[in-house]
Amino acid sequence: MPAYAGSPAPRSGDVAGTLRLLAYLALAITLIVLDHRGGWLAQIRERSQLLVQPLWWLAGAPARLGAEVHDDASTRARLADENRVLRNALLISGARMSRLQAAAAENARLRGLLGAGRREGLDVQLAPILDVDLDPTRQRLLLDAGSRDGVEVGQTVIDAGGLVGQIIAVLPTTATVLLITDPDHAVPVVVARTGVRLVAYGKGRSDRLELANVPLSSDIKVGDRIVTSGLGGRFPAGFAVGQVMSLQPDDSRAFLVGQLKPAAQLDRGRDVLLLKSGSAIRSVGSNAVATEPVRPAATSLGQQMPATTKAQSQAQAPASPAGQQATSNLQPRPVPPEPTP
Amino acid sequence: MSRPRNQWLLPLSVFVALLLGLLPLPAMLLPLRPYWLALVVAYWVIEDPDRAGLGFAFAMGVLADVAFGGLLGEQALRLTVMAFILQRFRAQLRFFPLSQQALAIGGLLINDRVVSAAVHFALGEPQLPWSFWWAPLLGMLLWGPLFLLLDGFRLGRRG
Repeated sequence: MPAYAGSPAPRSGDVAGTLRLLAYLALAITLIVLDHRGGWLAQIRERSQLLVQPLWWLAGAPARLGAEVHDDASTRARLADENRVLRNALLISGARMSRLQAAAAENARLRGLLGAGRREGLDVQLAPILDVDLDPTRQRLLLDAGSRDGVEVGQTVIDAGGLVGQIIAVLPTTATVLLITDPDHAVPVVVARTGVRLVAYGKGRSDRLELANVPLSSDIKVGDRIVTSGLGGRFPAGFAVGQVMSLQPDDSRAFLVGQLKPAAQLDRGRDVLLLKSGSAIRSVGSNAVATEPVRPAATSLGQQMPATTKAQSQAQAPASPAGQQATSNLQPRPVPPEPTP
Repeated sequence: MSRPRNQWLLPLSVFVALLLGLLPLPAMLLPLRPYWLALVVAYWVIEDPDRAGLGFAFAMGVLADVAFGGLLGEQALRLTVMAFILQRFRAQLRFFPLSQQALAIGGLLINDRVVSAAVHFALGEPQLPWSFWWAPLLGMLLWGPLFLLLDGFRLGRRG
């Protein structure tokens, strides 16, 4: 800026201001780039989030209060109505439960015969959602349960419908869930009907998932149910992910792109279930693939060999209802009917 | 120089602005959420330049980034840009009637949206939906009441 060297005082003030602006801008851009890349900044961030926790709690307070008031204000008639409906539902689920119990008992017997080891129920934990919108472009949830309640990074999060996401950060009293619809998220899946292996990507919209790079020849059609494959070991197998809504050729015309409707209700509900890590993968895996050993079944699904297709569909047929049972079983309460000793 | 009497107003206003920014809203209203923090920072940059300058705007931006869990540095960048423009035109702005001030603030908020969109574009992050461009309008309408409210607190306590 030599042209301004001899200018009067206000000018030099302007120059100083501009220089300071540039300094701050550089600092901000450095921060953005560092944060975008991830890395050591993430640790500082985690620490600092501990400090803003009370702020989130406070911001969520009106919503919680509103929900309480709303609940209180619901009229007696509605309650009676609800009561009647629930009574019906209870009867139906009671009937369903006894059937399940019979199936579970039989399953346990068979398992005992096979010597497959002790039966493990799904170990889950209910966690309320802290209703705070973090950032509209990032699909995340804040849970009102943290490391004090035994939540760990990497735990699978589900709801009554299916897979919701996974825990990516844990603080003493809160935890952050990365939803499967986050643009940064991908989940290995299989088509429940045929066992074709695919990957479902988040698109940043809570009502859409995308199946990218689907080979034109693969056996998939609109309406297919998509479930987790368990590959990669992060998510247990057999949880519903979504339903194929449409299939279109992609830009290259060499592959199909499928649009999925998520099975879980990602944008509503007040609670989610956390699968306890470790035991979940083993137990659901063995549940879902019925009597087949887990690994061989999973790998044979992917290989599109004519010789295995039959075995596949046989292996798959019992697999998906079993997986569904496991999920619907969870819904009211973790009630895997344990054989009482 | 500011008196110790109204020292509390600045941190309190920033705190309330952060809370309002985090307040959960129905999805319908979400795009209309005004950028409260920008309004409050703008007020302080215009009215109390001794305490609130570029550094203040930057610090508040970082604070907001941490509080909102967004990209660290994004709001710092946006608020710094805004504070710089405000400082440049502070002499004129101070003597504008409130309606013209509101127009200027509306312009700044739209500019802020542009900066934000540019940052998202540069990093390949998804853009906010178009409906979010309504927020500056609401921010503009809120400038008058907010200005009078903060002024009332600040000057009322002083006297």
